[in-house]
Amino acid sequence: MSITEILFWFLSALALGGALMMVTSKNPVYSVLWLIVVFFAISGHYILLNAQFLAIVNIIVYAGAIMVLFLFVIMLMNLNADNEPQKNKWLKLAGAVAGGSLMLVFIAAIRQTEALKIQQVNTGGDIGLIHSLGKTLFTDYLLPFEISSVLFLSAMVGAVVIGKKGD
Amino acid sequence: MPINYYIILAVALFSIGVAGVLTRRNAIIIFMCVELMLNAVNLLLVAFSKMHYENVAAFNPSLQVGGEAQLFVFFIMVVAAAEVSVGLAIIVMMYRNIHSVDVNFLNRLKH
Repeated sequence: MSITEILFWFLSALALGGALMMVTSKNPVYSVLWLIVVFFAISGHYILLNAQFLAIVNIIVYAGAIMVLFLFVIMLMNLNADNEPQKNKWLKLAGAVAGGSLMLVFIAAIRQTEALKIQQVNTGGDIGLIHSLGKTLFTDYLLPFEISSVLFLSAMVGAVVIGKKGD
Repeated sequence: MPINYYIILAVALFSIGVAGVLTRRNAIIIFMCVELMLNAVNLLLVAFSKMHYENVAAFNPSLQVGGEAQLFVFFIMVVAAAEVSVGLAIIVMMYRNIHSVDVNFLNRLKH
């Protein structure tokens, strides 16, 4: 068993365990912290796939910015396990069964595809490094890049307008 | 690594996200489960980009293919950040109006 496989299984177990704990913890603050664990595990997967730029962006944007925003909102509302809305046991069971059934359908579908069985993932190469990604981003994808800045501006204006007190 | 492992991992993460959306009633947790689903798709896009690179690099090592998929992941992150800022503003406004983040109170779209 090579070091790559050991890391793959460890990061997969970390991601799945963190996701399960995120869904099941009663306290929303713990949910946010477990989701940060999941994001770090996914960043580890990106590094394993030699996509270093995405790994760093994932940590900075998701674990750094978005989850801090979630944490701020949860602490602003003073949410904890006591005022967590309760749900019917049967509805919880039905939701879990529905999610598991969806997973079974997906796995049954990919088991049928013969073409995917022999495919391997390359963990080398330099397509994920900032040099080649930047070249592609600023030549072929320049227009979507500029449009995404307009999207950010509209999202910022929207957040300010919605969050404004009174009207 | 075989691509099937990555597909199964991404499917499992996505299904946990779906189950979380169905079982939880806290609006913020539901939102976080949507983020988890987006991340599962991102992981699969990166894995497929490296699979494509493997297939092409076997015949022509000088070609640099597969970078587009990683840029798609970058744009998905951009859209997710915009979505989170607006969505959390909506949740804060909802909390100000009904003093709860329980989505069960929102089933009539008015109060």
